[in-house]
Amino acid sequence: MSKNNDFTQWQDNQLARSIKRFPERKGKFTNHGGDEVPRLAVPPDLDREYLDNLGFPGCYPFTRGVQPTMYRGRLWTMRQYAGFSTAAETNQRFRYLLDQGTTGLSVAFDLPTQIGYDSDDAMAIGEVGKVGVAIDTLADMETLFEGIPLDQVSTSMTINSPAAVLLAMYIVVAEKQGVPPEKLRGTIQNDILKEYVARGTYIFPPTPSLKIITDIFQWCGTNTPAFNTISISGYHIREAGSTAAQEIALTLANGITYIQSALAAGLELDAFAGRLTFFFNASTDLLEEVAKFRAARRLWARIMKDRFHTEKESSMMLKFHTQTAGNTLTAQQIDNNIVRVTIQALAAVLGGTQSLHTNSRDEALSLPTEDSVRTALRTQQIIAHESGVTDTVDPLAGSYFIEQLTDRIENQAADLMGKIEDAGGVVACIESGFIQREIEAAAYEYQQEIERGERVIVGVNRFQVEENNRPTLLRVDPAVEKQQINRLTGIKNNRDSQSVNARLTRLENDARQGVNLMPAIIDSVKEYISLGEICSVLRQVYGEYR
Amino acid sequence: MTTTPTCRVLIAKPGLDGHDRGAKFIARALRDAGFEVIYTGIRRTPDEIAAAAVQEDVAAVGLSSLSGAHLRLFPAVVEALKIRGAADIPVLGGGVIPEEDVQLLKEAGIVAIFTPGTPVDQIIAAFRTHCEHH
Repeated sequence: MSKNNDFTQWQDNQLARSIKRFPERKGKFTNHGGDEVPRLAVPPDLDREYLDNLGFPGCYPFTRGVQPTMYRGRLWTMRQYAGFSTAAETNQRFRYLLDQGTTGLSVAFDLPTQIGYDSDDAMAIGEVGKVGVAIDTLADMETLFEGIPLDQVSTSMTINSPAAVLLAMYIVVAEKQGVPPEKLRGTIQNDILKEYVARGTYIFPPTPSLKIITDIFQWCGTNTPAFNTISISGYHIREAGSTAAQEIALTLANGITYIQSALAAGLELDAFAGRLTFFFNASTDLLEEVAKFRAARRLWARIMKDRFHTEKESSMMLKFHTQTAGNTLTAQQIDNNIVRVTIQALAAVLGGTQSLHTNSRDEALSLPTEDSVRTALRTQQIIAHESGVTDTVDPLAGSYFIEQLTDRIENQAADLMGKIEDAGGVVACIESGFIQREIEAAAYEYQQEIERGERVIVGVNRFQVEENNRPTLLRVDPAVEKQQINRLTGIKNNRDSQSVNARLTRLENDARQGVNLMPAIIDSVKEYISLGEICSVLRQVYGEYR
Repeated sequence: MTTTPTCRVLIAKPGLDGHDRGAKFIARALRDAGFEVIYTGIRRTPDEIAAAAVQEDVAAVGLSSLSGAHLRLFPAVVEALKIRGAADIPVLGGGVIPEEDVQLLKEAGIVAIFTPGTPVDQIIAAFRTHCEHH
C-alpha cells in the first residue's frame, strides 16, 4: 500500500524532473539477451524502516545516492590527479589526459607551493616540482592552462593553506581567456583541519586559517557560484592509518567545524552549504567501503537536517570525490596494484561517488609514468562501460550484510563525533593531540597485523617472488629547480616595484583589519606578486603553526 | 628483547613531506623494542635534524621521506652532521625510494636504506647493529 504511494510519488516527482533535465545515457539499459536492467530495485514492501533509513536515490537521507538516476544519467567525473615538474610539462600531461578521455582536471602542486614557499626559498630545497607542479606566480598558472578553455573543463586543485591564492590565479587566468568567474567549475580542497592531523601542509594556526576559509566561502558564494569551495577530506586521514569509521567521523566533524565557523561569521547556511563537497578514500575491503560511503551520505544528511535545520535538499547532500588508497599499493610485483585499484574503484562506484581518481600501479615507487596512468584511467572506463554496475542505482542495497555494516559504520562514526564534541570540538582535539592519537593507534595496530602475518599483503608478506626487472620510472629532472628559480627571478625583476609594494601593503592592512582577503589577493596575483610573497605577508600577520 | 644499555635514536622527517605514518610506526616499534626514541615531527631542515641529533646525543638517525626529495635531503643531513663534528652518528633512511637510488644514497654516506615492504624486524635489527657499533 505505502509502497505504491511513496514509490509512485518519487517516480512522478524527483525522477521525472531529473530525467527531464538530464536524460539517461541510453533509452534502454539491457543485458546480453535483451532483458531490461531495472533502474532501481526496491523491496516488495516499502515499510517505514526502509523509507527512513534508505529511501529513494536523490531523496533524503540519500543513502542510495544523491541523484535519482545516478550513473544512468551521467557517469562520474573521471578525474586523474596530475602534476609534476614545471607548468609546461604538466600542461602536456593535462592535454594527454584530456585526449585519453578524462573528464576533469585535477592539479597536484609541489610541496613548496602547498606550504606557501616560492621555488627560491631555502625551505624548498629538493622539493621543487617533485610531488606536483611548481607554481610561483600567475605566469606559471597561465602556462599550466595554456590551450585549455576553462569554461569547458572542471578543475580540482589540491591546495589548502594557500587555496585563496591559487584560486585567485585561476580566476585571473580565466579572465584573460575571456571566461567570467561565474562560469568556472571545479573545486579547491581548502580543508585545513585535516592538514594538522594527517597531511601536514599547514601554514597558519587554526583560527586565522578558518577565517580565510570563511572568506573564500563568502566571496565565492557571490562571484563563483558554480565552484565548490571546499573538499572536506577523509582521504588523507585514512592514508594516515585510520579505520573506515574514523575516516567518516573525523571528516564530518571537520565539516561541522567549517559550518560553525561560517555561521559565526554571519553567513547564511544555505548560501554556502550546497558548495561543500567531500573527498574519501577507497580501500580494498570492498563491502566495508561501499557501506562506508552510504553511511557517510546518510549521517551527513541527518546532521544537516536535524542539527543545522536546513530544509534545502542540496544542502543535505553529501557529494564526494574518491581516490583509491595509495597506502595499499606495493612496491613488489607492481602489476598486482592494477587489481587492487580495480577493486577499490569498484567500491567507489558501488558506493555512489561523483568523481574518481584511480592510482597507477607504479606509485609505491615514484610518480606514475604516462603508460601506467593510462591503465589507471582505463580501469575506470572498463567499470563504466563494460561492468554493467552503472546501469542500476545502488545495487548492493538491501543486502543484510551491507545494510548492517552501513548502520554499524554510521553508529561508530557518530560515537566518535560525540566524543570529539564532548572534548570541546575539533580544534581543541587537534591541539590536545586526541585526534592524532586515535589515528596513530589504528595505524600501529594495522601495521603490526601485517608484520605478524595475520593480515596478508600479496607479494609482500606472502606469495613473494625474486624480482629482477626494474620498471621504468618517471624521474623529475633535478635541473627543474634551477629553471624554475631563474624564471621566477626574471618575473620579479620585471615588475613595477611601487605597485607591488602598494598591493602588498593593502593585503597586510586587510589581513590586520579582518577584511575579506580575496579582493586584495586577486589584485596581488594580477601584478605577478608571487605565492611566497603573499604568504609571507600573511605569515607576519597570522603567525605560523608548528 | 630490550637493548642494554638503552640506545637512543632520532627519527626525523627532512623537507616538506607530511606523510609520517611510516616514521611514527618505526618510532613506536623501536620504542617497543627497547630503544629510546625521539621523533622530530614533520618539516625539519637537515640542519635542524643534525642539531637535534647532537643535542640529544643519539646513537643513530633514521630519516623518512616519501616526496622524492631523498637524493637531496638525506646526504644534506649527513653533511650537516659532519659540520657539527658528529660524522660518527650513522644515518639510516627509508621511504618511497626507487632501487636505483639506494646505491647513490649509500655512496653519500647513508648506512642503510629501507624500501617499502621491508619487515620491521629487519629495520629494528639494523638500528641495533648501528647503535652497538656507535
